[in-house]
Amino acid sequence: MKYIDEFRDGKTASRLARRIREAVQPGQRYHLMEFCGGHTHAIYRYGVQDLLPDEVRMIHGPGCPVCVLPIGRLDMALALAARPDVILCSYGDMLRVPGSGGKSLLKARGQGSDIRMVYSAADALELARQQPDREVVFFAIGFETTTPPTAVAIRTAFAEGLANFSVLCNHVLTPAAVVNILDSPEAREVGNVPIDGFLGPAHVSIVIGTEAYERFAQGYHKPVVISGFEPLDVMQSILMLVEQINDGRAEVENQYIRAVTRRGNVKAQQIVAEVFETRSEFEWRGLGVVPDSALQIREKFAAFDAERRFPLLYVSVADNRACACGSILRGVAEPTDCKLFARTCTPESPMGSCMVSSEGACAAYYQYGRFRNLATLAKA
Amino acid sequence: MSAPARRSFGHPIDLKRGVVELAHGSGGRAMAQLIEELFSPALSNAWLDQGNDQACIDLPSGRVAVSTDSFVVSPLFFPGGDIGSLAVHGTVNDVAMSGARPLHLTAGFIIEAGFPLCDLKRIVESMARAAGAAAVTIVTGDTKVVERGQADGLFINTTGLGIIPANVTLSGDRARPGDRILVSGTLGDHGVAVMSLRGGLAFHTSIQSDSAPLHDLVRVMVEAVPGLRCLRDPTRGGLATTLNEIARQSGVGMCIRETELPIAAEVAAACELLGLDPLYVANEGKLVAICAAEDAARLLGVMRAHPLGRRAALIGEVEDDAHHFVRMQTAFGGNRVVDWLSGEQLPRIC
Repeated sequence: MKYIDEFRDGKTASRLARRIREAVQPGQRYHLMEFCGGHTHAIYRYGVQDLLPDEVRMIHGPGCPVCVLPIGRLDMALALAARPDVILCSYGDMLRVPGSGGKSLLKARGQGSDIRMVYSAADALELARQQPDREVVFFAIGFETTTPPTAVAIRTAFAEGLANFSVLCNHVLTPAAVVNILDSPEAREVGNVPIDGFLGPAHVSIVIGTEAYERFAQGYHKPVVISGFEPLDVMQSILMLVEQINDGRAEVENQYIRAVTRRGNVKAQQIVAEVFETRSEFEWRGLGVVPDSALQIREKFAAFDAERRFPLLYVSVADNRACACGSILRGVAEPTDCKLFARTCTPESPMGSCMVSSEGACAAYYQYGRFRNLATLAKA
Repeated sequence: MSAPARRSFGHPIDLKRGVVELAHGSGGRAMAQLIEELFSPALSNAWLDQGNDQACIDLPSGRVAVSTDSFVVSPLFFPGGDIGSLAVHGTVNDVAMSGARPLHLTAGFIIEAGFPLCDLKRIVESMARAAGAAAVTIVTGDTKVVERGQADGLFINTTGLGIIPANVTLSGDRARPGDRILVSGTLGDHGVAVMSLRGGLAFHTSIQSDSAPLHDLVRVMVEAVPGLRCLRDPTRGGLATTLNEIARQSGVGMCIRETELPIAAEVAAACELLGLDPLYVANEGKLVAICAAEDAARLLGVMRAHPLGRRAALIGEVEDDAHHFVRMQTAFGGNRVVDWLSGEQLPRIC
């Protein structure tokens, strides 16, 4: 495949691996967090870890929108889907996630709810036009990447005066989550945030630009390299982070120059700002309540806000106490440190956020990497 | 034998504009007319034409292989086939994976009231062509009609019978460390062809389903390598699922090489776009073969010489592994587990 195979070339990978090995300094620690589930997935799917020296440890961050969506918000979607007048539209990877009592959207569909898998907010909007007698609700999830299309759909519905379209908004913000991880009590207890640098998001950064990370790169003295999602992008970004750490630099560098600029997509930012405003707080599965970390629909567009349109109540639902997702997302534990991993918590019956989507740290490790730790599995 | 005298049903059924009605499955005159005017002209053979509730067959000597499968594909017509041809190929292949020569099929239809008779005719004729090409006869059948909303148009069940050659013993528990793993051609064609037509996913592609009967490919393979260990067709769940099944049955591990996997460029591109992994996408005209290392070159040779095995490839080895992992050396230079599919394969959003 043209423009894809070039970024997955094994020969280039082994050359980059050699350069990383040569760059790594003895005694220096390189604990790097890839924020995005897209990176986590690429690292495991292509076996990037096998090409890295022992000194470089990858920590898998909370950048998987499916994983961090709290069960209580999914329960709201399930409640909506149970209404006979509602067609609930959802992205595909949200369908399998269990809500309270193990009920997922997929199961609800099997029991008669009208739930459609869509590829974009525009698909949901089109469905609303075609089905004027039904309430079409778009279950909007995602970071800054999927927010602009949701904003466009709401603006379009407003302009067309569509009376049967609304959005259950769960859009969340990347920088707030990164700051939360750096400020976490666990990190403070250890006395040192166990993260030496960040692999910054690819698609999110296309929208928000590299300047969005400058504040915490300086404030927390952590280098950031914005990285593409292909495995060679990841390798090159790791090399750039290793070099920054060696030099004692904490800059925002851009590896993904074929798509990301410093300012980002200004037009997309403007549309998002027109439709959405910051929520004062939002619960993240695995991280807990994070202030100013999510978006809600502005008053002007209230008619398209499912939370105002339908009687919905948010009830927070706790994960199993033994679940180590919070520690894993902050880089202080590995999936295999969790007592539940691969025993009671599997991709078939996930108990915590990191197992619910293939982009989650635990699911990626379970699905692609668990031969690395056979001893753990033998006990399972 | 001479054909039985045609009964008179008054007006013939309207094969252009008519639809299936509940009466067509009630066992009465309407059903007899549907069979006589729609099914029989396409599927006619000595057993069916006798009009009994069962077929009485003299089988050649040898072990009998039996397999049954139900077909619920949506949409019913897809690039490269339809539910009729698929219902023949699927069961012919399941029988053939034992090394058997498939001989006979049964066919059961569950049809939703209101289903267009012209579509039913097209499907039955497609079944007849597929059965003819696979040299199997459909010896007995059944038709049921259910109310609207109780079936997605049409479901078909087929059961197949075949005779296994005397010196052939194929089974999923016979893979041994050191054995070689081969596939007969490109992976994921069927799944992507069908998915390209699904509601909400419509995209244009030139990919055709690989739906095909594999019995003749199997014949040349077992003739060339009678000691073949195991054959299986990687249908639902794709290659990954099939390899995991065999690894568990045989109590072994496996290691495959990504660079050796035959995947059509269009399929790879479609999977990339949809966030799917071709290793988990369904095939309907491919097989996985496991043989002793010393037989691998000969087996690959006869597979590639057959029209349905032109893109056959040796993709990996069976290894000793108490955990029965299927591993893959990635083209990128790393390793990963090729796990069982968890749930349905659903596209990722970002």
